[in-house]
Amino acid sequence: MRSWDPRIEEMPKEDLRKMQYKLLKSLVYRLYSFSPFYHERMKEQNVHPDDIRELSDVNKLPFMFKRDLRDNYPDKIFTSTQEELVRYHVSSGTTGKPTVVGYTQNDLDSWTTSLARALTSLGLGRGDVIQVSYGYGLFTGGLGLHYGAERIGATVLPTSVGNTERQIELMQDLGATAIACTPSYLLHIGEVAEKMGVDIRKDTKLRTGVLGAEPWTDRMRTRIEDWLGIKAYDIYGTSELSGPMFTECTEQKGFHIWSDLALVEIIDPGTGESLESGEKGELTITMLQKEALPMIRYRIGDITIMDDEVCACGRTHPRIQRIQGRVDDMLIIRGINVFPSQVEYALMGIPEVGQHFQIVVERKGALDDMLVRVELSKGSFSDKITDIMKVRQKVEHRLRNSLNVNVNVELVEPGSLPRFEGKAKRVIDKRSL
Amino acid sequence: MDTQKYVIRQISIFSENRPGRLAAIAHALGEEKINILAFSIAEANGFGVVRALVDHPEKAHDKLLSLGFNVAFTDVIAVKMKDQPGGLYEVAKILGDAGVNIEYSYAYSGKEGAVLILRVDMVEEAIQKIKTSGATLLERSVFH
Repeated sequence: MRSWDPRIEEMPKEDLRKMQYKLLKSLVYRLYSFSPFYHERMKEQNVHPDDIRELSDVNKLPFMFKRDLRDNYPDKIFTSTQEELVRYHVSSGTTGKPTVVGYTQNDLDSWTTSLARALTSLGLGRGDVIQVSYGYGLFTGGLGLHYGAERIGATVLPTSVGNTERQIELMQDLGATAIACTPSYLLHIGEVAEKMGVDIRKDTKLRTGVLGAEPWTDRMRTRIEDWLGIKAYDIYGTSELSGPMFTECTEQKGFHIWSDLALVEIIDPGTGESLESGEKGELTITMLQKEALPMIRYRIGDITIMDDEVCACGRTHPRIQRIQGRVDDMLIIRGINVFPSQVEYALMGIPEVGQHFQIVVERKGALDDMLVRVELSKGSFSDKITDIMKVRQKVEHRLRNSLNVNVNVELVEPGSLPRFEGKAKRVIDKRSL
Repeated sequence: MDTQKYVIRQISIFSENRPGRLAAIAHALGEEKINILAFSIAEANGFGVVRALVDHPEKAHDKLLSLGFNVAFTDVIAVKMKDQPGGLYEVAKILGDAGVNIEYSYAYSGKEGAVLILRVDMVEEAIQKIKTSGATLLERSVFH
């Protein structure tokens, strides 16, 4: 089957926009009238539902942030009563207090519909056996994929996470054709399979991976596809939107964001202004049909680029590219947005220095001063001071070219920069703004 | 003429320009009972290079490497100077006249007189000229 719901998925763009406008208009009226939280926010922003006269007027509405959910723990901004809810999910709270998401039956249906379209778009359907190796429980991954896979008529193998050898046995015995899990867990499965003497390519029917819940790169995709002989697709979502919702189609050129469910904007994270499609910025989503926990202009914090061209697969909904970084990591140096990932990428191409680095930002006079500390590689030291100076100039030159901002480089001794086991903290910002 | 016996292995260590780095290097060498016979520090913007002649260069190299330092060997020569006015001039003139460029140099005044350590662009040439001019080159065996 080409599309789960061709009428919606291949609807002309103009009609999609009209539908979005109607949904947005009624959402804003409903929230302004019935929710103290949203009413207050719109008052503060000096915007009334009548000010929304066309779709682009969405940018008059206030933003929402993760902290709005944390500050209103657990359910203070829900717009449904507990009796109307049929499920809770709770995020892990790695960066603070956990956040709670409530769902009405309609919310679950929208979520499941979103995944039914997505899974169909990457070639899955009736006859497939989908092994769901995301965690089941408070985390949205397991149950979300479970219902989406059932909806398209596939057979679900709900293995959840863990007991990897048993997962591989079941994958073989029940002929799983697809697996949904984190890319790192799939790599682990691949390694364990090899130890067990199981060749995923020959001894299983696996041909599709639906991989997400953590950032991964195209390089990793190539590795997984070449090694395991499957097609690996990225899946995107976050519990505030409902859970994992959007995937790439077989073209593997960005996530299709279903317009009837979500209105996408890309904004400049510094100024909050809307950016054109094709420009890199912060993903901001308005959920058009959520009942229990509406999200208006929710700033997820992920950096990406929107592509509003009709996809080669025929779907008309806008796509966003795979996530390129987090706003939390972004630095503004003399008005230019700089991401540590750009520094990392530039350094990777210079063998004279190591891959570890530290960015120190200071304000000198009126100007921002960015220093990159990087380790001089063993073997590229030759006693000659001029040689070391050349290495430093080379690094400065490369960084300036890729960041468009002047950077000072300090070469340090190998092993002297901090190492991180978990999330790396590579930026020291000494500016007091 | 066997010039090789006059080629001395100096160790060079890349060092950040911050307090305690020389102490860290010196402590490591002391622990290994390595004696430093001569040394210098060259300073550039933000970093430095510590250069030393030691009695056991291989051991020093391995020890420092194991501690994560960037270490390299460099060939230098050592010339005996008269410890009196004009002593340096005599040696420098020999090399200058021969067209040998001195990349860097440092000196120490030991029990048996003053010694000039030289890093030059043409080691063989320098050794030949110094020998024929009658000045005294110290053999490698004096150091290690």
